[in-house]
Amino acid sequence: MSEHESTYVPKTGFERWLDTRLPIIRFAADYATIPTPKNLNYWWTFGGILALCLVIQIVTGIVLVMHYTPNADLAFASVEHIMRDVRHGWMIRYIHSNGASMFFLAVYIHMLRGLYYGSYKAPREMIWILGVVLFLLMMATAFLGYVLPWGQMSFHGAVVITNLIGSIPIVGESITTWLWGGFAVDNPTLNRFFSLHYLLPFVIAGVVVLHLWALHAAGQNNPVGILIPQEQRSRDTVPFHPYYTVKDGFAIILFLMLFAVFVFFNPNALGHADNYIPANPLVTPAHIVPEWYLLPFYAMLRAVPDKFMGVLVMFGSIGLLFVLPWLDTSKVRSMRYRPAMRWFFFIFVLVAFMLGWCGAKSPDDQLIHGITTFRLFDGDLNSYLWLSRLLTLYYFSFFLIIMPWVGLRETPLPVPESISSPVLSGHGSVPTGAVADAEKKG
Amino acid sequence: MAETVVNPNLEGQEPTRRDFIHIAAGAAAVGGAAMFAWPLIDQMNPAADTLALASIEFDLTKVTEGQQVTIKWRGKPVFVRYRTPAEIEAARKTPLSDLKDPQKDEDRVKPGHEQFLILVGTCTHLGCVPTFGAGEYGGWFCPCHGSVYDTSGRIRKGPAPKNLAVPDYAYLTDTRVKIG
Repeated sequence: MSEHESTYVPKTGFERWLDTRLPIIRFAADYATIPTPKNLNYWWTFGGILALCLVIQIVTGIVLVMHYTPNADLAFASVEHIMRDVRHGWMIRYIHSNGASMFFLAVYIHMLRGLYYGSYKAPREMIWILGVVLFLLMMATAFLGYVLPWGQMSFHGAVVITNLIGSIPIVGESITTWLWGGFAVDNPTLNRFFSLHYLLPFVIAGVVVLHLWALHAAGQNNPVGILIPQEQRSRDTVPFHPYYTVKDGFAIILFLMLFAVFVFFNPNALGHADNYIPANPLVTPAHIVPEWYLLPFYAMLRAVPDKFMGVLVMFGSIGLLFVLPWLDTSKVRSMRYRPAMRWFFFIFVLVAFMLGWCGAKSPDDQLIHGITTFRLFDGDLNSYLWLSRLLTLYYFSFFLIIMPWVGLRETPLPVPESISSPVLSGHGSVPTGAVADAEKKG
Repeated sequence: MAETVVNPNLEGQEPTRRDFIHIAAGAAAVGGAAMFAWPLIDQMNPAADTLALASIEFDLTKVTEGQQVTIKWRGKPVFVRYRTPAEIEAARKTPLSDLKDPQKDEDRVKPGHEQFLILVGTCTHLGCVPTFGAGEYGGWFCPCHGSVYDTSGRIRKGPAPKNLAVPDYAYLTDTRVKIG
């Protein structure tokens, strides 16, 4: 939907003066009226929600820095100072900490939407790849931010994650020392994490600009997954404003309501009580787990008995996403028309949830209490360890085996020629029952 | 930027002086950038005051038999464990073939001071602090990912690849050690 004609007409003398010098109003006006597929559903509203999340995190973060002290002796107390003494400090901090969770909730829905509707396929590979870069930057930023309160979970989370890098053969140890700025996680580590936590959101904002640039160069995908034919463009698209500004706005209001439930009624539900204990390098909390949004990857890390292999599996699970556009062999984008693949997709979503559940449990705990099955290698079969292994196997098979294979073998349902055709003419195929009903009535 | 105009008659000919200037200027720019980048990267390595905090002394009379004292050395915990004869016996009996990272108990303590086991108290998996006395081998159990160490601090079970590290230390007197 990139090169649409500019419809902006400067109205006042000032606008005409500005338009020949810095056509910024024209740019914004053209952006707002970009022709957008008219069938986008609510799964498409999460892009806007994510933009809002980034703004909320940056604004609350800048304010928090006005009161926070990045020093190993003072950080914990300064966070308590924010919570108790600073005006509205408790609310600003709870918005920031729960905001991270809401950000990840939205990004996971956004990614699964892209996966289901094939938004990563040609010509949209760059949008997807930049999205994966954004996801990695988000995880890095969230991790760095989690360290800053310098509580027990902050400290030992930082120890565990930085030690992952130590597993790299030969150079791992020197890299870890370099990252720490010492021989353990300590004040130098906290200082640099703070510096980078402040930097990365602006890097994210920069990559978001590229993500949107790529989006508007290739054009938005839509639930039907077809490229809109040139002659259908006037029928199949509507201007972004007011149609999608209103739709996104409504979704944002619902999303903010959920956000507010966490901030005002259960602000610590997604955190860990241990992080309200000041960091103590000599004692590790009995049950150390990352934040919920990292649990599936944590489960994959623990599923592998070898340290370095575990790290490779964990990073590989995200690395795979970079080559996803080339692993999917199907020409059909939307899984609405892929009767076999959509089931593998639904299982994939379930597997991702279950991996998260395994990540929160102790690996040796029994899945079903009181039953001892037989030991396979290093653990009982009735344990989260073996469940994690099976789930990890599915996660990787989904991308490496199922996607290429099903794409070649599956017979997709007929795909409509345009977004309007099944609704208006009754020719083309009828994708869903809802549309079919509308047709009968209309 | 000037546009590069390729003269079709010159293609495949000797490099010109202009090519040389391009390469030399590019190389100088890359070299200069790398030289400027190095201090910006290396500043993250341990500073002089961090490196200066290298050694501590510890009085062993503070530990009673069967107990362990945890002290902080270079920001990390160090375990000083006064082992019982049974614990030493258990560690010595273990055949090396049972070990993931084979090492004799004798090589992990100083001769004549077999009862005192001094170890860096961070799990060799991901650096958590293992819990004293827990786990099926009576040594340590790491709460993070379930690594189990024996009474010599050797890895017996779980994802950790190596035994708990023995720091550099020396006995100043019979009851005083210097670690680091």
